[in-house]
Amino acid sequence: MTTVLDPTSEQAPAARQRATRPESLAGLTVGLLDISKPRGNVFLDHVSERLTGLGATVNRYTKPAFTKPAPVDLRHEIATECAAVIEALAD
Amino acid sequence: MMSSDLPSAPPLPDGLVAVVKRDCPTCELVAPVLSDLHDRAGLTVITQDDPHFPTDAGWVHHDTDLALSWHHDIDTVPTLLRVSGGVGEQRTVGWSRDEWEQLTGVDGLGDGLPDWRPGCGSLSVDPAHADDLAVRFSGSRLRSRRVELASLEDEWEAMWDRGWSDGLPVVPPTESRVTRMLQGTTRDPSEIVATVPPALVECTVEKVAVNAVMAGCKPEHLPVVIGAVEAACTDEFNMHGVLATTMSVGPVLVVNGPMAARIGMNSGLNALGQGNRANSTIGRALQLVVRNVGGGRPGEVDRATFGSPAKVGFCFAEDEAGSPWTSLAQSRGWQPGQSTVTAFAGESPRIFMDERSRSPESLTRHLAEALQATVSPRMMMGVDAMLVLSPEHMARYADAGWSRDRFMDELSAELLCDADELLAGARGVAAGLPPEAAGEQVPKFRPGGLLVVHAGSKAGLFSAIIGGWPNGPRGSDPVTCAITP
Repeated sequence: MTTVLDPTSEQAPAARQRATRPESLAGLTVGLLDISKPRGNVFLDHVSERLTGLGATVNRYTKPAFTKPAPVDLRHEIATECAAVIEALAD
Repeated sequence: MMSSDLPSAPPLPDGLVAVVKRDCPTCELVAPVLSDLHDRAGLTVITQDDPHFPTDAGWVHHDTDLALSWHHDIDTVPTLLRVSGGVGEQRTVGWSRDEWEQLTGVDGLGDGLPDWRPGCGSLSVDPAHADDLAVRFSGSRLRSRRVELASLEDEWEAMWDRGWSDGLPVVPPTESRVTRMLQGTTRDPSEIVATVPPALVECTVEKVAVNAVMAGCKPEHLPVVIGAVEAACTDEFNMHGVLATTMSVGPVLVVNGPMAARIGMNSGLNALGQGNRANSTIGRALQLVVRNVGGGRPGEVDRATFGSPAKVGFCFAEDEAGSPWTSLAQSRGWQPGQSTVTAFAGESPRIFMDERSRSPESLTRHLAEALQATVSPRMMMGVDAMLVLSPEHMARYADAGWSRDRFMDELSAELLCDADELLAGARGVAAGLPPEAAGEQVPKFRPGGLLVVHAGSKAGLFSAIIGGWPNGPRGSDPVTCAITP
C-alpha cells in the first residue's frame, strides 16, 4: 500500500446554507452585479427592465475589474441589501 | 508523527567499535585487522549488509535496519570509533594505519597492508535508503494529509482519479520523495510561500514540494518553483485573471542568473520546447500548484477559449553567456549574479523569420512589423509582449555594436503607428482605435511593455514572439522574483 501526501489545499469549501428560493420576485430587492465588461451594462439594463416588470426592486452594483474577484466589502453590501443576486460572466 | 512516537536512538557498545559492510573493498582489506583488534582490544564490529562479515563470532552485530548507522552519523565505512556512554567520542574513517593505531592505542596493525586506503559510502547515506531512513528515524515534519491508496489501486491511475493531474502522469508524492524534494531548499516546510488564486489559499513550501514531486522536478529545481509561485501569485501578475480569462495565456517563466546553468536549464537549442527536465517540470509544477492548491481547473474558474501549451508549463532560461546585452533581469533592475525568475502572462510562441536582413536597421524594422500584429494589429498599448531573439539575429546587433538600450529605442521608434490607419472602421474593419486618436502617433507597447530575451540555438535566422494579455491594474504586469536557496 502506498501513502501519498495530499497535494491540495485540504480546504473543502465550508458548507454554507443557501437562502430559501423565493416563490416570487414581487416586492423583493434583486441585485445585479456588473462585472465591468464592455456593454455588460446594456445587457443588464434589459434584465433590470424585466425584473422591474415582475415587481422586483433592482439594485445595481459594479465590481472594479472583471479579471479579479469582487471585493469582500462589495459582496457583503450585496448580501445585506438584497434578497437575491444575479451575477454572470459572459462574453 | 509526534516526537515521542519516534524510535529512540540506540546506543553503541562502549569501547572500540568499527562499522563496516562487506560490499566495500577497504572493509574486506582490513578484515584481519578487525579480528586482531577484537583479540587485543575488545573491538565490536557493526556490519551493515552481510550479518556474517567479517565472521560469525558474537562480537559482530548486524545493523539490521541501519538504525545505529543512521543515528550515529556514519557516512563512510569503515568508521572506527571510541565509544563512551553509548556515543562515539573519537572516530576515523577509511583505513589509515597511523590513525587506527593512534585511536586504539594498539601498535603494529595491518602488517603487510598499505598505509592508507579510502573508505566507501555507508549504506545509511546510500540514496536508495537515505530518505526512507530520514522519514523513519527523524520523524516527519510534514503536515499534509496522508492519503492511503488501496493495494489494488494503480498509483498512477489513483493520482488521476483524485483529480490531481493536468492530464499527464504525475509522480506519486510519497513522504520520502517529498522529504528528498525539500532538501532542495533551506526554507522551512511550513513557511508560507504565497496565497494561491483562485481559491486564495495559503500555500506552504511543503505543498509546493508535493506538487513539484508530482511534476517530475528534482530537488535542485525547487527554489525556482518557489520563486515562480511567488511571482505568479502577486496581485500585479494576477494569476486569477490569467486563469479565468477566455484569452489563451499562461505564466511564461524566464530564469536568469547562475541558478539556470547550475540546475542544467536549457537556454539554447529547443529552449522553448521539450527534452530538458528543468525546463519541462518547473513550469508544470507551478501549474499543478495553481490547480491543486488554488483549485484552478479548466471548465471551472479557467475559461480559456483555446488554452495553450503555456498552460501545461512554459519555462526556459536566458542565454546570458552568449549575449552581448544585459539580461532580461538586469533590464528590470536586478543585479548581475542574482538568480531570478520572471513570470509573464503569455500565449504560445510565434516564429518570426528574417533570413535577409544584414543590417540592424532592416531587422529592427521587420521585427516591428511582426510585433505590430501581437494579439491584434489594431490593439495599441493594451498588451505586452516578449521577444526572444535568437543568437543569429542577435549577431546583427552585436556586429553593429548596438546595446540593449539602443535596440529598444530604435524598435520603439519603429513601433510608433499612424493612428488614422488603425481607427475603428478604417479599411472596413470594425475594431480599432477610438475616433479621438485620429491624427496621433501611437506606440504599440507601453513603456516597459516589451520584454526582450536572448535564447535559442546558434543556427536559425528566427526569433520568437510571445504575445501577452491585457496589462496594468486591470490585467497582468510581468513580475520578477529572486530565487533564494
